[in-house]
Amino acid sequence: MAKRAAPEVNAGSMADIAFLLLIFFLVTTTIETDTGINRKLPPIEDSQEDVIIKQKNIFTVLLNGKDQLLVEDELMELKNIRKAAVEFLDNGGDGTCNYCRGRKDPTSSDNPDKAIISLKNERETSYKMYISVQNELVAAYNELRNRRAQALYGQSFIEMQANYDNVNWVGNKDKLKEQLDEIKLEYPQKLSEVQ
Amino acid sequence: MAKFNKKKGGELPAISTASLPDIVFMLLFFFMVATVMRENTLMIKNSLPYADQVEKLDKKDLVMYIYAGKPSDAYKQYGTEAKIQLNDKFADIGDIAAFIAQERASKREELIPFLTTALKVDQEANMGLIGDIKQELRKVNALKINYTTRKGNVFDKH
Repeated sequence: MAKRAAPEVNAGSMADIAFLLLIFFLVTTTIETDTGINRKLPPIEDSQEDVIIKQKNIFTVLLNGKDQLLVEDELMELKNIRKAAVEFLDNGGDGTCNYCRGRKDPTSSDNPDKAIISLKNERETSYKMYISVQNELVAAYNELRNRRAQALYGQSFIEMQANYDNVNWVGNKDKLKEQLDEIKLEYPQKLSEVQ
Repeated sequence: MAKFNKKKGGELPAISTASLPDIVFMLLFFFMVATVMRENTLMIKNSLPYADQVEKLDKKDLVMYIYAGKPSDAYKQYGTEAKIQLNDKFADIGDIAAFIAQERASKREELIPFLTTALKVDQEANMGLIGDIKQELRKVNALKINYTTRKGNVFDKH
C-alpha cells in the first residue's frame, strides 16, 4: 500500500470550544452575596428596669403567622407601611423638632428622638416577610435622613455614606463623619424587637 | 520583469490563528483557578430574600456565616424542617455558642469586637428559628448581625 500522509485535523474550531468553556465558567461562577441589612441585637441585661414610654411614641408593627401586618391596631398592606412610618417619625408633636415636616398631631409621636418603632413577629412568620418589613422600616428612616441631608448639605444621606465608605473618595472624611453623625442624631434609628 | 512584478504584488499572508486556542485556554485556566469557590458546601436550600436598603459587608475575614434553610434535595433524610448549617455540617441551636467561640479564637483579639455574624437564611424559613439563633447570639454577646439579602425590590414577585 502506498504510504499516505495522515490528513491534518482542522484545529480552527478549537478556539470556539475553548471560548464556550470559558463562557460557561464565567456564567456559572456565583459570586457570594455580601450585602444585607445590618442590625444590632440588644445585650442581655440582668436588671429588669422598666422604662416608661408613652403609648403615642410607640409605633407597633405586628407580623402574624400568616404574614399579615397589623400596624397601630389596623390591618395594613406592606406597601403602605413605609409612608405610615415616615408620618409617625416625622410627626414632631411637641414642637421641639424644628426640622420635622409632619402634621404635629398631638396623638402621634413627640419628636424623632422619642419615636420608637416596635416590631413583633410570631414564630410562624416567614423570613421573607420579616426582611421585607425590616427593609421598609429602614427605608422610612433613610427617606427622612436623605431629606435632611439634602436640606443641610445638598446631597443624600446614602450618597454621603457611600462616600464615607469609599476608599478612593477625596475629601474631608472627619467632617463627613461629623455630618453623618449629626443626621443620625436627628433621626435616630430606634427599632426595637419584641421577643 | 513580469515575473518579478507578480511576486511583489502577492496577497498579504493570513495571520496564523493557530495560537488562539492556547490564549483562550490560558484565560480559561486563569478563571478556573482564580474563581474562589464557596467556603462551605451548602447542604440546605438557600435562596436569600430581596431587599433594597442594603449595606455592603466589607472585611470578609471578619464575618461569621450562619446558614439556615430546608435541607436540599440530596439531604432529604434530614427531614423537611429548616435546619441550621455551621461550616460544613448541620447543627443544633446549642452548637452556635461553640461555633462563635471557635471563630473568635481564630481571630486576633483586637478584632473580636468587629466580628459580624451574617445570617444567610432561606426566605421560606420561619422566624421561630431565627429568633432562636438571635437569642443564642445574644447569650454569647455577638450582637452585630447582618441579614444577608440579595439586592432587589421587595414588592416584585421573585
